Amino acid sequence: MMDLAPYLLLAGLEGLVMASVLMLTALGLSLVFGVMRVVNVAHGEFYMLGAVGAWACAQFVPGHPALAFCVALVVAPLLVGVLAYLADWAILKRINYDPEGTIVSTIGMLYIIQQLTLMSFGPDARAVDAPFYYTIRTPWFGYSSYKLFTVVMALVLVAGLWVMLKRSKWGLVMRATQFDRETAQNFGIPVNRVYSIVFAIGAMLAAIGGVLVVPNQQAHYLMGGDPLLLSFVVVIVGGLGSIPGTIAAAILIGMSDGLLSVFFSPTAAKIFSTLLVAFVLVFKPEGLFGRSNRV
Amino acid sequence: MTLHNGKLLALCVVTVIVLFGLQFVLPPYLTLALTRILILSVFAMGYNMLMGYTGLLSLGHAMFFAAGLYAAGLSTYYWGVTLPVAFVLGIVGAFAVSLVIGLLALRTQAVSFMIVTLMFAQAGYLMTLQFTNITGGDQGLTLPTDARSFGLFGMVVDMTSDTARFNLALLIFTVVLAVLFAITQGPLGRLFVAVRENEPRTQMLGFDTYAIKLTAFTVSGTISGTAGALYGLMFGYIGSSFAGFQNSIEALLYTLIGGPGTLLGPLLGTAVMTMLIDRLSGITTAYLIVIGVLLIVVNLWFPKGILGTIRDRWLGWLK
Repeated sequence: MMDLAPYLLLAGLEGLVMASVLMLTALGLSLVFGVMRVVNVAHGEFYMLGAVGAWACAQFVPGHPALAFCVALVVAPLLVGVLAYLADWAILKRINYDPEGTIVSTIGMLYIIQQLTLMSFGPDARAVDAPFYYTIRTPWFGYSSYKLFTVVMALVLVAGLWVMLKRSKWGLVMRATQFDRETAQNFGIPVNRVYSIVFAIGAMLAAIGGVLVVPNQQAHYLMGGDPLLLSFVVVIVGGLGSIPGTIAAAILIGMSDGLLSVFFSPTAAKIFSTLLVAFVLVFKPEGLFGRSNRV
Repeated sequence: MTLHNGKLLALCVVTVIVLFGLQFVLPPYLTLALTRILILSVFAMGYNMLMGYTGLLSLGHAMFFAAGLYAAGLSTYYWGVTLPVAFVLGIVGAFAVSLVIGLLALRTQAVSFMIVTLMFAQAGYLMTLQFTNITGGDQGLTLPTDARSFGLFGMVVDMTSDTARFNLALLIFTVVLAVLFAITQGPLGRLFVAVRENEPRTQMLGFDTYAIKLTAFTVSGTISGTAGALYGLMFGYIGSSFAGFQNSIEALLYTLIGGPGTLLGPLLGTAVMTMLIDRLSGITTAYLIVIGVLLIVVNLWFPKGILGTIRDRWLGWLK
């Protein structure tokens, strides 16, 4: 039994890091679904753009990697947010957020973003330096402090999002739009603006996830697929549009995906995830935790 | 049985005759391209049955195409069954898969339905990778030479001959077209359209809409699988990529371009798109970008597709 402890600790830590990034991307997807009632299939591509943005910042910002990291953490999500805002204005608004049309359009966006990245960034995976390299010693192994920093960052951001939604005026406006679009509009809430901003914030959350993850995992133009799938799993298992459910599910899925990948294979873990989404939607559409409306 | 929509029937007959004639005019390269177009348009016609006529947008039809492909391909690869038997097994396999998935997926609606079909198809794709020792995974399997020809009614049909392949593809295409004509222009087709236009009303009129949707789903999946079985056996190759997301999206795009809910739309859409992709993939490796742009553009400004627009403007019988 004594020999198992270090493995469990390591698996737990890795699961925690995974869960925290997943929490950010899944919250983005959940927020967009909750307020706008649309599913954004291009969400994983915003995550990928965040990672590629972090790589680009590392190339162009001279000096210590920490500086480039800080720049990336601001610039990459902002650019992605602007892109999402424009996509919302150019496409989604014009189809009036028709749920099925939105899925088809965001699949189109997925291909466009992916292929443009392939044409500019290229087909290779590229590494980015971590902002700092301090190693935390445990009795059995050393662990990257940067990874624990991502957990802290994610928690801070989620707490910030929570406060923004529950306490600020903008949060109130978003919740009102989510609750009843037409009544909100009657009270003078610019629902269309709210939609664009929510879509942008959702994409920015994914992009921040990409910036945070890229020192641990290389940037690649196809890297958006897995976070999209796992965010889907989290959002659907946690209950569509329910933030506490999403957070709980992110921790559960983040922890278990690592374990499943270790004990079986990454492909088997993904088969499990996809079937889980399908069966939850078929048999328990309100999610395993949440009590939200069905799609 | 009374004949509905004689004009459309005449157009279908003319189309088949023209297609048959094309093989004497076209150079071999284009005949081969046309063979692929015919098979893929059977896939799109299957897809259109569900999406165009019944109004259910699936994102997972690659799963049925692949079910037919693998059921047919694997049975001839491992058990050495003859090609006609393998073809029938492919159709049976696709029927079984679409029935089971339909029973589950049709408990959901709209966006949920799209995600559920997507996820089941993704699970199917991943399974072809997980069991690489059987399926050959990404690399796929090439069918052995003795599975490249078959004898039927005293004739030997060689699957490496372009002429044999073209005419066989045209034969299957014609049979599927005839079956779909009978379904869509008859009472069952009206029920499909009734579900598409207003499901609660259809229910109120006393119809079991779940059964209607399940019928449409199963017919659609089985036809898509027929295309898969034909593709695998005809070109002698089965691989994971046929089960992938992109294959589902291509069926959707072919149908959207040609005109959802029109009988000949998928053929037109497939022809236009495969020729376009063929040209583009010679120019750039990032040709998928065109699929992305078209998905958005068609959805924004051209949701009825080519034949759908013609139908609404001028020819009402084109459905």
